[in-house]
Amino acid sequence: MNNVGVFVCTGCDIGAAVPLENLEKVAGGLGVATFQSHENLCSPEGVAVIRGAVEDGSVDGVVIAACSHRAKIEEFRFDPTKVHTQRVCLREQVAWTQPHGHEDTILLAEDLLRMGVAQSQKYTTPGRLGEDVDRTVMVVGGGLAGLKAAQAAAGMGNPVLLVEASSQLGGYVAGLKDLVPEVPPYDRLHENDMAALVAAVEADPDITVRTSSSTRNIDGQPGQFDVELVGPDGTENIKVGAIVQATGARPYTADKLGHLGYGLSANVVTTQDLELMLGSGELKCPGDGKTPERVLFIQCAGSRDADHLKYCSSECCSASLRQVASIHRDHPGVETAVVYRDLRTPGQLEHFYQGVQELPGSLFTRGEVAGVEKANGRLTVNVTGSLLGDDISVDADLVVLATGMVPNAADGEAIRELRDARGRIERKESESQVAAATAVVADLESHDGTQILNLNYRQGPDLPVLDYNFNDSHFICFPYETRRTGIYAAGAMRAPMEPAQAAEDGLGAAMKAVQCLEMAARGEAVHPRAGDISVPEFALQRCTQCKRCTEECPFGTLNEDTDGTPKYNELRCRRCGICLGSCPERIISFPDYSVGGVAAAIKSIEVPDEEDEKPRVLAFMCENDALPAFDEAAKRGFQLPPWVRIIPVRCLGAVNIVWIADSLSSGIDGIMLMGCKKGDDYQCHYIRGSELADRRMTNVQETMDRLTLESERVKIHEVARNDYARIPEMFEEFMETIEEVGPNPYKGF
Amino acid sequence: MNNSAPLMVVGAGISGVTAALEAAEAGREVILVERDPSIGGRVLRSHNYFPKLCPPSCGMELNTRRVERNPRVRVLTGTTVAAATRDGEGWNVTLKTAPAYVNDRCTVCNECAKACPATVPDPFNLGLAEVPAIRLPHLDAWPQRYTLDRDACGSGCTACVDACEFGAIDLDAKETEETVAVSAVVVATGWRPYPLEKLDDLGGGVLPDVISNVMMERLVAPAGPTGGEIKRPSDGAVPKRVAFVQCAGSRDVNHLPYCSAICCLASMKQAMYVKERLPETAVTIYYIDRRTPGRNEEMLNRVDELDGVELVKGKVGKVERGAGGALKLRVEDVESGRLLEAETDLVVLATGMVSNLDTGDTPFAVHTDDDGFGLDDNAAKLFVAGVARRPEDVAASVRDATGAAAKACVAATGRTQ
Repeated sequence: MNNVGVFVCTGCDIGAAVPLENLEKVAGGLGVATFQSHENLCSPEGVAVIRGAVEDGSVDGVVIAACSHRAKIEEFRFDPTKVHTQRVCLREQVAWTQPHGHEDTILLAEDLLRMGVAQSQKYTTPGRLGEDVDRTVMVVGGGLAGLKAAQAAAGMGNPVLLVEASSQLGGYVAGLKDLVPEVPPYDRLHENDMAALVAAVEADPDITVRTSSSTRNIDGQPGQFDVELVGPDGTENIKVGAIVQATGARPYTADKLGHLGYGLSANVVTTQDLELMLGSGELKCPGDGKTPERVLFIQCAGSRDADHLKYCSSECCSASLRQVASIHRDHPGVETAVVYRDLRTPGQLEHFYQGVQELPGSLFTRGEVAGVEKANGRLTVNVTGSLLGDDISVDADLVVLATGMVPNAADGEAIRELRDARGRIERKESESQVAAATAVVADLESHDGTQILNLNYRQGPDLPVLDYNFNDSHFICFPYETRRTGIYAAGAMRAPMEPAQAAEDGLGAAMKAVQCLEMAARGEAVHPRAGDISVPEFALQRCTQCKRCTEECPFGTLNEDTDGTPKYNELRCRRCGICLGSCPERIISFPDYSVGGVAAAIKSIEVPDEEDEKPRVLAFMCENDALPAFDEAAKRGFQLPPWVRIIPVRCLGAVNIVWIADSLSSGIDGIMLMGCKKGDDYQCHYIRGSELADRRMTNVQETMDRLTLESERVKIHEVARNDYARIPEMFEEFMETIEEVGPNPYKGF
Repeated sequence: MNNSAPLMVVGAGISGVTAALEAAEAGREVILVERDPSIGGRVLRSHNYFPKLCPPSCGMELNTRRVERNPRVRVLTGTTVAAATRDGEGWNVTLKTAPAYVNDRCTVCNECAKACPATVPDPFNLGLAEVPAIRLPHLDAWPQRYTLDRDACGSGCTACVDACEFGAIDLDAKETEETVAVSAVVVATGWRPYPLEKLDDLGGGVLPDVISNVMMERLVAPAGPTGGEIKRPSDGAVPKRVAFVQCAGSRDVNHLPYCSAICCLASMKQAMYVKERLPETAVTIYYIDRRTPGRNEEMLNRVDELDGVELVKGKVGKVERGAGGALKLRVEDVESGRLLEAETDLVVLATGMVSNLDTGDTPFAVHTDDDGFGLDDNAAKLFVAGVARRPEDVAASVRDATGAAAKACVAATGRTQ
């Protein structure tokens, strides 16, 4: 910005900590347009001072030197398309954590102000995107979750295209004789009303149904997807705005369950086999055609098993209870037995369990199934660890394996890796490259032909998965936030769940799809930087086609031209800045967050000479977790070493290593990178930011070792949002390290 | 989406905040009403979520930013619904907002709290600590504004007013009332723990070293009443043995007939807290069924692998004072009828969840089932989300709330289904 105004608050002890004249002098030397102070800047009177300068056009950049970046956000909000607002934290980072009036306190405050002004002078204001947005929601999968999603999206006023691979709607639930109870008193079977739901969807004028169809290719971005749909009548090209994927789950392969008797006798069947019998009204043992005297259910058939599915499939306990209840209602005289490890009927399903337990002739036995044998024309199920502590055997005529569920999802990233490896082999790259690629192919070959959506994305044709092939998301707080903007997962492909849950999941995913379209139409980013209107610019004339940005974006934002130049899709972008962190040529910049902006801030720090014995440490802090944790530590009275200068960042993944190099070459003694947990239980809101930062810093440390610069000077700290109590020791330990390694030898150069 | 009267969301816990934000980001005007002085509800009282053992304040931080940035969400804290009537296509709702003794000029500088001579039991820490009558409700509180427990003020005391440099305190502030027209309503009024006192057979409310799972969450929080240390309330001793009693009040016809859905996982998480802080302490979890559905199964596997954690199938029928400050447990294996006895130092009752709609007396006349959980009323454009609707964990509440937002948006759009 050309005309930066500095507005200093002297309230909350800031005035007592730092003499205003020192700040004024610093600002005066930086060519700012105005310097004003107020004893209570966040009050309506204080805000009026800033607003006045904005409105009379004397400033286009506002540096607010007051409280934390996270405080008084609403008070200090100005039109982002007209004014750039830069926060400088003199309260939590100075007044609350430093001795008031001390020389080092003043030096710290002066540096923070310089850093804020330097950034503000580098930044510009973003314009608002004005993209055309098609508000059609495409739902892929016509089972319960997909039908509910289609209805909800249509209900919110959006045209819907419902695509189903099979010849009819209804999916898995359509084949069920009954449903588990969904209405009070929750203790008896519920009529399966799928036929009515299918009829309603088919009759809905806003829902276009395409059965026996699938997507062959999907190009574009939210609001502007081009879908190539293949169906019985050929190919259609359709524009849609957002996508709900509700492709469901399939039963775990019973062939792998020989240890539970599958294959031993035709009278060992699966849940699905029994469902067909219940639906037909004929309950007969397939082996001999006789009506069974007792039907025995083996729970967790393939689930909760290190050799099969490690997770609990969630539905099987209630599914077996449902079948038990059906048998007792429709086939009186047939006994049932359920062998379970833990009977899982969470919540009000407990009423159903109680109701079924009370049915005469229904037995429930806890234990592990040791084996199934044929004996005297019947089947004997041997159970260990029963409630009585003994090994017992239960005879039955029909044994039902409650098989778990496997998501109908494809691992988009694995498919892409497989394709890349094949490409390397085809291109006959170096021998070692081909050997490595061959190993990748051998490892990932099983993904061949599994693709579902067929996205034409650099990072693969389907949603990335987290574990067990369920899609990747922050599944506790933000379960619908997939890693492909505008594409939302619903139902049993997202997590193991029962039909009632899948139905609701469809509604939630539809909500997100419609929301994404509305935000795209307003030119706003979706979660986590919801409402952000700035987008990065790529100075492509300097691009070296290294492909780091296209490979590292956690959200698949970037495609590549044939020569490897990134092709940016602004409506897929979440504005995290990880691409900016990845780029060795520094060609990616947001108007309000850039390599140049932060580099200018680093350069503005006054680094004392070695003999002053005043070390300087930079702390890059994730603004969502580390910075709040720091603020809370400050609130609790922690004393921050006066040597530390904090730079809040969007994500540790949005830290460009040139900032580390700049810092070290300007004499900064140490650099702390404080971000979120990485790995399987990652907490990074941008999924891969912490992991990428870690990888990049390992490279930095190797370089430092080569330059005989102590690699301990750069350290990543994992900080959780509630780690406020650990913050002081992190700084203490790091300062000890810096003291041990001594001053940066580049100081003064 | 077309524009009609705003939606109303009642309750700003994780479910209400989610429902409000999902609708508002989709373009709807939303009024979010919260009884407490800050948003976040019960989740912020938990130290970590299962199964990732990550802090609730992390997701809430993002949600708070979403609220702040979104001009369509109007948040009314300290506010309750006084009356609600159906009016044509929507509702007319009368809201009462508690006196704003501390207003928006508050900067959370803490000078008032330092000056305040009165203390009260800290509601955020379930009364386990004393706090000044004027205070930030808790470390993560949003709005970042102090709150005053006016009833605790000494007669004529103006210490806080005198200490405030910013003129943010008005001891004469009055309750305000307004009536708003809304198109549809999401009720997300949450839950409360089943009262310990009703579990006196298990020592609840009788023996000081019998605590609830929600209390345990506060004991491990660094900003909690013990500074994050697990100690026995009776004597401050570090427990060498901790017993978790599952289904304390749940799956029990004399108490809550339903399963509260979260207690197994909460106790497993808390067993991990204990082992992390007190590796030598022996932990026993007494359960009927270990209910860890879906990928939560990992929690069971992780706890199973911990040294010094034992999972015992059995229903604890009685907790009594034992010898030398210990507690004695009588455990019944319900189906075999066998009785076990065990000793421990600290008992954590995995108390269940009771819907805050269970009194049946709400301004919106929400229909409830026999368990007190709320039911959607499509015709009235009245939807229930979160644990007010059924016992469920945070992930399910968020799903539920997003779905409720969709239902409310559909209802407000007026398209019949």
